[in-house]
Amino acid sequence: MSGPRRKGLYRADESRNNREGLKGWLDPTGYGWERVSYWLQRLTGLFLLVYFVGHVYETSSLTGGIGSWNAMLKFTETTWGHLFLILVIGTSTYHSINGIRLIFTETGIGVGKPGRPEYPYDALSLNYRQKSGIWIALILAVVAMAYGYNVLFSGG
Amino acid sequence: MLGTKEQGAKSKYGPGNHNVTMRIYRSSKEGNKGNFDSFDIPIQRWTTVLDALLYVKAYKDSSIGIRYSCRMASCGSCGMKINGKPRLACYTNVSELESSEISCEPMSNFPVLRDLVTDFSQFLSHHRKMKPYLINPEVDLCDNPELSEFLQNPTDADKFLQFSYCIKCGLCYSACPTVATDTKFPGPQALAQAYRYSADTRDAGSRYGLTAIDSRHGLWRCHFSGSCSKVCPKGVDPALGIQLLKGNIMSFAKRRKKIAELKQHTGKSAD
Ligand code: SF4
Ligand code: FES
Repeated sequence: MSGPRRKGLYRADESRNNREGLKGWLDPTGYGWERVSYWLQRLTGLFLLVYFVGHVYETSSLTGGIGSWNAMLKFTETTWGHLFLILVIGTSTYHSINGIRLIFTETGIGVGKPGRPEYPYDALSLNYRQKSGIWIALILAVVAMAYGYNVLFSGG
Repeated sequence: MLGTKEQGAKSKYGPGNHNVTMRIYRSSKEGNKGNFDSFDIPIQRWTTVLDALLYVKAYKDSSIGIRYSCRMASCGSCGMKINGKPRLACYTNVSELESSEISCEPMSNFPVLRDLVTDFSQFLSHHRKMKPYLINPEVDLCDNPELSEFLQNPTDADKFLQFSYCIKCGLCYSACPTVATDTKFPGPQALAQAYRYSADTRDAGSRYGLTAIDSRHGLWRCHFSGSCSKVCPKGVDPALGIQLLKGNIMSFAKRRKKIAELKQHTGKSAD
C-alpha cells in the first residue's frame, strides 16, 4: 500500500480515519459491566477533580475574612448545595471502592490465570469475583448517598 | 424463532426461509461519510452474516467491498461492526442477532479502504513493535547442526497458549475505548502478544523496556474496560494478558522465569 497512511500516525482529520474518538468512551453500553465501571470511574474522577479545585477555592476564601467564608458556607446549606454534597458523597464512594478493585485487577490479582480456552470462550478476566467489586461500589455509593440525604435533609 | 414453519410460510422466498434487511455501509470517494444501502434477502437458520453478504454480492450488488477468506473464524479477515458491535461476519449467525435488520459497517478505529474493508497497517505495526517472536540469545538455532528442541512442560505451555490463539482479526482494537482516543496506544492485541512472549519459557528476551509498552502511551493507558475480551472470538482474553503484564512490570508477580532447556538430538537418535 502507498500514500500518506503508511507514514507514522493517523491524524484525526485524516480522510476515512474512522477513529471513534471521545464518542468511543462516552458510550458505556454494549460491552458489559467493566465498560460501565470504566465510564463511571472516569466521570466520577472528572467530577471529583472539579470538586477538589472548587473545594480548595472555597477553603482559600477564609483568607478574605470570615464574611466571604460564611457566604460560601451558605451555599452548601441550600437545597442545591445539599444535592451537590450528596453527589460528592456518592461519586467519592464509588470512585474509591472501584479504585480499590482496579488496584487489584490492574496488578493481575483476581483476573484469573491463563488456561486453555474452551468454547464458548467466556473471558476469564471478566469473572464474577472482580465484577462483584463494581456492584459493591455501586451499592455502597447509593447507601452513602441515602445516608447523606438523611443527614442533610432531615438532620438525622 | 427464525426459520419456523409459520414464518417460513409468510416469507416470499418459500418455506423454511425468512427474510431480513441487510443495511450495508458504502464508502464515498470523499472520505468518512458514507451511506447505507439496504437489501432484502432470504436467510436460513444456519445463514451467517458473511453468507448473507455474499448473497447480496451474488444476486443484488456485486460492487460491495468485503474481505474474507476461511469462512470459519480462523483467518481473521472478516471483522466488521455488525449491529453496532465488532464481530466476525463468518462467526455470527444472523438468527443469533434476533433482528430483522442487520447493519454491517467497517470496524471503528481502522481507516476505511472501501465499504467494509479496513486498513490494518497501523494495527499490525503495533503488533510488530512487540517483537512477536522468540528471543533467546543463548541459543543459535539456525547454526545448530543437530536437530534441537526446547523442553517445555504442559503447565508452562498453558501460561501463554491462549494468547497464541490470536488470529489478528482486530475486533479488540475496534472495541477498545483507549484506542478510540489515543493513536499511539498499541491496543489490546499487541499488548497481549507482548505478554504471550514474555510468559513463554523458551523466550529469554525482556520486552518490559520497550517504549511501546512501558511509556505514557503504553500499557498504562489501559484502564481495564474489558471490552477487548468481551468481543474476542477466540478466547484470547487480551485484557487478562495486559493486567498480568502490568503486574509483572510492577513486580507484583514473579518476574523471573526459568528459561526452558534445549534438548539436543543427534541425527542418529532421530532415526
Ligand atoms: S486478541 Fe482476539 S479480538 Fe484481538 S485480534 Fe486477537 S483474536 Fe482478534
Ligand atoms: S472469513 Fe476467516 S475469520 Fe471470517
